[in-house]
Amino acid sequence: MDVSQYLEIFIDETTEHLQDLSQHLLILEEEPENADTINEIFRAAHSLKGMAGTMGFKRMQHLTHMMENVFSEIRNGKVAVNSDLVDILFSCLEALEDYLATIQQTSDEGTEDNEDIIKRLNSFLDGGTAPKKAEKPAQKPEEKPADAPKDATNQNVKQNIKFEEFEINAIKDALDKQINVYRIDVKVDESCVLKAARAFLVFKAIEELGEVIKSDPSAQDIEDEKFDFEFCVICVSAESIDKVTKAVENVSEIKEVKSSQITEVPKEQPEEQAQETPAEAVTEKKEEKKAETTAVATAKTEKAPAKADAGKKAPAKPGKAVVSRSVRVDIEKLDVLINLVSELIIAKNGLVSASNSSDGYNSQAFNEQIEYLERVTTNLHESVMKVRMMPIETVTQKYPKMIRDLTKKLNKQMKLYITGEDTELDRTVIDEIGDPLMHLLRNSADHGLESEEVRIARGKDPVGNIYLNAYQDGNSVVIEVKDDGNGIDVEKVRDKALEKGTITPEQAEVMTDKDIIDLLFRPSFSTAKVVSDVSGRGVGLDVVKTKIEALGGNIDVETKLTEGSCFRVRLPLTLAIIQALMVELGNEKYAISLDTIQTIEDISADDIKYVQSKEVINLRGTVIPIIRLDSILDIEPVEKEDDEDNNLTVIIISKGDKLAGLVVDRLIGQQEIVIKSLGKYINNNSKVISGATILGDGEVALILDANTLV
Amino acid sequence: MDETNKLETLTNQYIVVNLGSEQYGIDIKYIDNIVRLQKITRVPKVQSFFKGVINLRGEIVPVMSIRKRFDLEDDVYTDKTRIIVIKPDQQEKIAILVDSVKEVVSLEEDDIEKVHSDGKDEMNKYITSVGKNQGGLISLLNINGIIEMQ
Repeated sequence: MDVSQYLEIFIDETTEHLQDLSQHLLILEEEPENADTINEIFRAAHSLKGMAGTMGFKRMQHLTHMMENVFSEIRNGKVAVNSDLVDILFSCLEALEDYLATIQQTSDEGTEDNEDIIKRLNSFLDGGTAPKKAEKPAQKPEEKPADAPKDATNQNVKQNIKFEEFEINAIKDALDKQINVYRIDVKVDESCVLKAARAFLVFKAIEELGEVIKSDPSAQDIEDEKFDFEFCVICVSAESIDKVTKAVENVSEIKEVKSSQITEVPKEQPEEQAQETPAEAVTEKKEEKKAETTAVATAKTEKAPAKADAGKKAPAKPGKAVVSRSVRVDIEKLDVLINLVSELIIAKNGLVSASNSSDGYNSQAFNEQIEYLERVTTNLHESVMKVRMMPIETVTQKYPKMIRDLTKKLNKQMKLYITGEDTELDRTVIDEIGDPLMHLLRNSADHGLESEEVRIARGKDPVGNIYLNAYQDGNSVVIEVKDDGNGIDVEKVRDKALEKGTITPEQAEVMTDKDIIDLLFRPSFSTAKVVSDVSGRGVGLDVVKTKIEALGGNIDVETKLTEGSCFRVRLPLTLAIIQALMVELGNEKYAISLDTIQTIEDISADDIKYVQSKEVINLRGTVIPIIRLDSILDIEPVEKEDDEDNNLTVIIISKGDKLAGLVVDRLIGQQEIVIKSLGKYINNNSKVISGATILGDGEVALILDANTLV
Repeated sequence: MDETNKLETLTNQYIVVNLGSEQYGIDIKYIDNIVRLQKITRVPKVQSFFKGVINLRGEIVPVMSIRKRFDLEDDVYTDKTRIIVIKPDQQEKIAILVDSVKEVVSLEEDDIEKVHSDGKDEMNKYITSVGKNQGGLISLLNINGIIEMQ
């Protein structure tokens, strides 16, 4: 048994709890008296602490423990919430996020102790809870042994254990050799999530000091979580009973540890077992986590190094230190999948029976079954894709806190409104979209929103508004980052571009406002006069654009000077399946993503004009360059039966504002296709072919990436 | 147990294929599948020795022409032409085109001779040793050299 198998769960859950914390902290700042929120926060901090402890991440545990103390004081009304406190708590969150990031990479928490944060937390506690502190040390578990005999009557709660012969022999041996034999009863906290992991840590702690002879339930059952909240361990150890007990108690979320020394060899009859005299070196300690004071915490850290070593061993052992990617799936979605698979089997059986009795007149039943099969597979397909989908909420959750930080940093009042958090996107997109969106939000906060004075002078609300809206639009998802700030000053951008030499004065003359705004997406172009650490280093919009295009999406801007701007990101719903238009070129079939297609035109060859010796057409007032796909793709010309009408089929595609017309021989039709990669061997430098797909008849068709052609 | 292990290390099985008048051997451990010629979809703008891709039971597999890789004459498809699907250790599948598949032979280590390499000839990367079988010579293909793309 090994804690590393829990690492994934740990990371997932910790991320969730951290997000919870951050959300509730924001609410707390607004409504310092909100008891529900405080309780939520307390719970999240408590779980975090417990989980970190289980995994042996001592530093993380210590920090969360301190936070928990603070929350406990808040809950008891001993400390008032103010903005300073929230600041400290947010810096705690950041520290925790750092720990988590380190753990994710190395499966170890690193060595950062975050002393100053802990110090600040401590000083808060000192300030707010001086009288409380004095009375609490009495409850310190370390000082409890004095009370122990009183509780010793609890002894009879223990169940008896059946010993096997070899186990009795082992105990006998140990007793003969004057080695201590202990019985340790452990009760795990009822709120504990990973019981087996706790038990494992208990075993580990004991094994460091001695040897486990027997456990009840068996080690296998404990590992499989086949126990309630109690288990019992018989061990031999040369160490004193106190030391063993303490080692077990150090495992967090252990509610109770009872230990006793066994001095007589047990008989095979279980009844004889109960004979260990209660008076005999019985120590019992109760650990009420919630009552722990800061004093306990400091006492604990001193013990930490020894244990931290023990904790480190576990994650370092296995080869795969880095966590694999996983998707948490809603049970409902899985249920749908299971239902569909069973339907699939039914449909298959139907087909089998239809084919067995396949006389001519049965072909109708056959067709019906095929239609049924088709329906099921389509649904199955959709459901499987849905499993990969995650709500965008998972990335947007961290933004309110970021905006709050920026409010302080930039000294601007602003508010963030988020809508459509439940819009779902493919997991791969979700993973990548966080940073670009953050860039856009920072951009709005820093460049978009005016300073308070300017806003007042313009008759706007001094508090700036930033909106993050997500919604589904057909086969894509749109995410808008909008602000009611200054908007983009096209003239300023033009001047800047001239000054930087990005464009020549002649170019500047003919460029439309839209073209100028597009300059913002060029590498190393920033109009901020002052470089702040928020944005303005000239790496931003171009990175955003590259990233979004890598995800198969695009970005555009709408802006009005003094009224604000809106960055609109459009992303494909999923990366694996697209709606495509199938076309024929010579004898080959190609697929073009429908997303890029504007219209399909039938154009007479005579309409083609030449501009700078390039072919263009004038389509309803727009001049569009013509691209001959057959020559780009080196397609062997086929004998055409006399082109009686002399017409060309042209597919008008767009990339942002740019249009182009692709000449194809024939249209086949629209089809939903599954994208497959061409693999790593084929050197696809030109990037014209973005993948392949398998058609209904088993033939392979290549997918054209129209974006590379425009 | 030791005995059998020894045997396995000493004899290797090779699939013997024909390219023109020459015989080439491919270590059987790399071979995933041998299929008849099927429609190969040309992929534009790629290395000239790639004939295209095929659909191998729902999987897209690139097809390489060994002839073109070796700078021989281009393939002529006949009903003996076979596509050999190769799965190198832990890597993606790749298929190669051969004129025909002849037989499977077992070669003992003594029957295999290393080809002297002067480091100049490209072919040395593709063929590292020659096997002797019943008087005939079989050039043994170095799969890793063949699938390595610069």
